Amino acid sequence: MGQIFHRSTNMVSRISIYGAVLIIAALAYALYAIAMSPWYTNVGVKLQQPVPFSHRHHAGELGIDCRYCHTSVENSSFAGVPPTQTCMTCHSQIWTNSSMLEPVRASYRNDTSLEWQRVNALPDFVYFDHSIHIAKGVGCTTCHGQIAEMPLTQRAGTLYMSWCLDCHRQPEKNLRPKAEVFDPFYQPPSRLHAVTVDGMEFTDQLTMGRYLRKEYKVASLQYCSTCHR
Amino acid sequence: MKLKIDRSAESHSREARRPSRLRIGMAAACLGAFIFCGCRLDMHIQPKYLPYEPTSFFADGRSERPPVPGTVARGQLRLDELFYTGRENGVLVDKFPFPITRADLERGRERYNVYCTPCHDYTGSGQGMIVRRGFPQPPSYHIQRLRDEPAGHFFEVMTDGFGAMYSYAARVEPADRWRIAAYIRVLQLSHNARISDVPESERSQLSQSSGNQNSAQSTGQAQ
Ligand code: HEC
Ligand code: HEC
Ligand code: HEC
Ligand code: HEC
Ligand code: HEC
Ligand code: HEC
Repeated sequence: MGQIFHRSTNMVSRISIYGAVLIIAALAYALYAIAMSPWYTNVGVKLQQPVPFSHRHHAGELGIDCRYCHTSVENSSFAGVPPTQTCMTCHSQIWTNSSMLEPVRASYRNDTSLEWQRVNALPDFVYFDHSIHIAKGVGCTTCHGQIAEMPLTQRAGTLYMSWCLDCHRQPEKNLRPKAEVFDPFYQPPSRLHAVTVDGMEFTDQLTMGRYLRKEYKVASLQYCSTCHR
Repeated sequence: MKLKIDRSAESHSREARRPSRLRIGMAAACLGAFIFCGCRLDMHIQPKYLPYEPTSFFADGRSERPPVPGTVARGQLRLDELFYTGRENGVLVDKFPFPITRADLERGRERYNVYCTPCHDYTGSGQGMIVRRGFPQPPSYHIQRLRDEPAGHFFEVMTDGFGAMYSYAARVEPADRWRIAAYIRVLQLSHNARISDVPESERSQLSQSSGNQNSAQSTGQAQ
């Protein structure tokens, strides 16, 4: 019996075998790239807010503490977005003619809510708590990025499960002294810039992180029930 | 396939649970998964209200309901006139409802630095950053009238507001308001202290620690 396929089809089959591997790899990479792209994660995406509120202005240049507006961040799961009254503590007197601030004034006059778009939001099946992170020395900028340099607030982390776990596995990589938690301009220790804790100077994040981890008794929480409860 | 279309209005509101692009992505992924097993977003968007989540049930759209007027929640019975108003028999008093310890003063300083320094600045002279940007200037804590005011007055100013200054009652707990009042007393004292006010045993430390404090204050102000 003669051969059904000509010899040259060997080449075709080889190409299609290797090609399939390549295509699968390329597909996997494309999926990963999509999952990590701002289009999907919203990292760095600016949302349309009712008022173009600027953290760079308020937290950066004016130096207002985060807690002045996000009052409940230290002792509740929820950081809290400031009510209109908080804006009006200052804007009842300054920039009272600014058209940008008209929605704030209208909200105060009519007792209606300002409808801020959520920048960071987890699915409902995830439990997150700000207060424990603050109490154990995780700074705002570690998770929210250089907020004091953002003219419009944007997301800095993917908020994927791997993003949480990267830190929960090795919290010492991200801990900072409790006194610095709210400082939006905090710099982690480096050879050029030492950070002082309890009278000791650290020039390396890992050494300081290990010390702080012992000092603040920080656990490495990886049980599923930590975040899914 | 059950995508909760009825809640899609939320994407234009404060509590859009997940930005709409993600929803599209998720919907696309679901469509793929549908071929195998179907898809539900029930666990992503659960029928419960998280803080600030809007609702269509109440006319004002807020899921957080104000308590019925006259409600006294547990732990909110405010019988202690001194603690909650700074007054006794209707008269402002110059004392504190609980003994002020060093820890209280430190907490007071922290709260003061968060909530008051934007206008009153770190030394209490009324030259804060917001004032420099045009806010009416508050009086310095170091003028004679405010030095003579009873502690209850400071508590009351924080609780009810004063002139152009709004109330801080919603943001600062009553106990912390007292601690801030105590810290204002510290600031006032610091501007009028004599060496004889310092216990003998502490005097040797004075030159050293005052140096530290000044540098702490100036870095604070520089922000
Ligand atoms: C003057 C008031 C004010 C101060 C001070 C302030 N914020 Fe905000 N913050 C807001 C308002 C209003 C919003 C909602 C609008 C927006 O998202 O930009 C917000 C939003 C945010 C968000 C995004 C919330 C979301 O929707 O997920 C983060 C994160 C945040 N702030 C962090 C900080 C940090 C960190 C600091 C301190 C360095 C700080 N803020 C200081 C008023 C303030
Ligand atoms: C502690 C005082 C303070 C608070 C609280 C505050 N602001 Fe401001 N805001 C300022 C000052 C001061 C400026 C002007 C900044 C400058 O002169 O550089 C400003 C400027 C602005 C501007 C720019 C106005 C323009 O026309 O350029 C917007 C918008 C604004 N604020 C929104 C808000 C919102 C929304 C809130 C409430 C979440 C808020 N601010 C709370 C002090 C405050
Ligand atoms: C461990 C990481 C982490 C740290 C540290 C952190 N945040 Fe957040 N923050 C988040 C996540 C995650 C969300 C989204 C929460 C959700 O959707 O339930 C969030 C949401 C917010 C919001 C929106 C309202 C809310 O509570 O959902 C604000 C405002 C905010 N953070 C401010 C702050 C401030 C101010 C600090 C520092 C004092 C801070 N965060 C520290 C992770 C963090
Ligand atoms: C930068 C570091 C960091 C990141 C990012 C982070 N965490 Fe944490 N988390 C911690 C530390 C530190 C603790 C405290 C552990 C302990 O109790 O000693 C903690 C504790 C917790 C707890 C325990 C609270 C309790 O009441 O038991 C929860 C829940 C939690 N994190 C959820 C999350 C979620 C969800 C995310 C992602 C959205 C996240 N964390 C991201 C550092 C982090
Ligand atoms: C530190 C917090 C944390 C811990 C611990 C954790 N998760 Fe998660 N998990 C998350 C977050 C945040 C998400 C949401 C990610 C997203 O929005 O893409 C998530 C999503 C998931 C999802 C995807 C659900 C979906 O439909 O998208 C599954 C499944 C899951 N987790 C299972 C687990 C299991 C199993 C464990 C224990 C081994 C675990 N998780 C431990 C934070 C955590
Ligand atoms: C947004 C700016 C601002 C902030 C923040 C602020 N104040 Fe004031 N404060 C003022 C102004 C303006 C006055 C003068 C009010 C007037 O005379 O109309 C004032 C007046 C006062 C007075 C003097 C009242 C009198 O008898 O003359 C006290 C005491 C005081 N504030 C305490 C505080 C404390 C404590 C805080 C922090 C919880 C605080 N203030 C935060 C603006 C501010």
